[in-house]
Amino acid sequence: MKKYSVFAIAREAMRGHKGWEEQWSSPEPRKEYDVIIVGAGGHGLATAYYLATVHGITNVAVLEKGWLGGGNTGRNTTIIRSNYLYDESAGIYDHALKLWDGLSQELNYNVMYSARGVMMLAHNVHDIQVLKRHVHANRLNGIDNEWLTPEQAKEFCPPLNISKQARYPVVGAALQRRGGTARHDAVAWGYARGASARGVHIIQNCEVTGVKRAANGAVMGVDTTRGFIGAKKVGVVAAGHSSVIMNMAGVRMPLESYPLQALVSEPVKPVVPCVVMSNTVHAYISQSDKGELVIGAGTDQYVSYSQTGGLHILQHTLDAICEMFPIFTRMKMLRSWGGIVDVTPDRSPILAKTPVPGLYVNCGWGTGGFKATPGSGHVFAHTIAKDDPHPINAPFTIERFRTGRLIDEAAAAAVAH
Amino acid sequence: MLLIRCPYCEEERPELEFRNAGEAHIARSTNMAGESDDDFEKFFFIRSNPKGVIYERWRHMHGCARFFNAVRDTVTDKFFMTYKAGEPKPAKLPGVAK
Repeated sequence: MKKYSVFAIAREAMRGHKGWEEQWSSPEPRKEYDVIIVGAGGHGLATAYYLATVHGITNVAVLEKGWLGGGNTGRNTTIIRSNYLYDESAGIYDHALKLWDGLSQELNYNVMYSARGVMMLAHNVHDIQVLKRHVHANRLNGIDNEWLTPEQAKEFCPPLNISKQARYPVVGAALQRRGGTARHDAVAWGYARGASARGVHIIQNCEVTGVKRAANGAVMGVDTTRGFIGAKKVGVVAAGHSSVIMNMAGVRMPLESYPLQALVSEPVKPVVPCVVMSNTVHAYISQSDKGELVIGAGTDQYVSYSQTGGLHILQHTLDAICEMFPIFTRMKMLRSWGGIVDVTPDRSPILAKTPVPGLYVNCGWGTGGFKATPGSGHVFAHTIAKDDPHPINAPFTIERFRTGRLIDEAAAAAVAH
Repeated sequence: MLLIRCPYCEEERPELEFRNAGEAHIARSTNMAGESDDDFEKFFFIRSNPKGVIYERWRHMHGCARFFNAVRDTVTDKFFMTYKAGEPKPAKLPGVAK
């Protein structure tokens, strides 16, 4: 792998950019690997990267039915934060946040992590109570979060409407300054490049069609559209399709898959300096470095794999955006799209061993998995390499739905579901 | 937005009038306190989440307010049929060969 640097740019500029190499190779699949990761999204590629760098396991294949980073990694609104209520969630999301800081240097790939601050608005007394509880819980866990008055919120985000005449006036806000955004595609590409350089095979357009198990129940490998590929360890990181893959291994999951939509506006000059979220009116917004306003909408109410959603869901969110930012009422929207998110009953992810020996699953990130990408890959690689969960992901088992030891962020996560 | 046929009102109405109520044909135990942890997990948390044909419950919230069942393809979001609550799972779907 040739290192990217200012000198590389200068060198290539001198010779007509003929020396750039492919960022990752596209090898023919081997007959057998030590570990197969199903799904080349951010989480899957990060898992492969940390298997190689932290645990020295490089005989790894990442199988992807479409193209790398073409699922939810390329469809999310790129928001990063760790202001979750419960200790377990705070642990895993802040682990990720610490890895975001310095990820560009580690990968030698600019993931454009920008700690521009995530501000969550309160619109009524109940919001104030809930958000202040979050501020205190976060601080006890060593996570930065602070309370702002409406005037301070306006100072932090000037286009915000704090008029008392608004239908849902802003009465306060919680601000996590370390929160922000990153370039989602670059995260997948950076991890892919790093993993490929260490010998990991990234095999695109290779859909898993079955999971083979030996007589004793253990995993033997996977059937794919490019034939059978053997492995004693298989990690399923298939987002909205996780329950489909797990069903192939005979494991029924506590998951339901819903379409989640997002949209972007035409590009404009810098106007939104941070991420603004509101639970109560259900809207969140930030501005990409290209200048587009990036807006997240809600999920549809029914199970679907269609990667599209109802227009009324988008309209609902845009109503809220226009209420919070009257300045945007005449802005044109450029594109909208949907991704399929897998949601658990307690809205916390599952990163765990499964009842099937050699089969591991990393799923259930629901509407907010992007922010966790580095941390998720890091602890999931540990779980696969050691056949034992990392202390950070130990609470995120499948068995918690039997024992009742839920991580009930459902009502407590800082965003509406 | 989906158009959904309410089998009680006997007409297609926009999705906004309805509330999805999850997977259908999951029988609630008559002796909930006596359920084992395994059985309770299956009843309460585990879902089939199929890519393809789903049997699901809807409620005509802003219409007759009654629950009913529907069969839908989760890839195309097209409905095969809807039927009244309490009726058995249809053995054959209209417009499907087998």
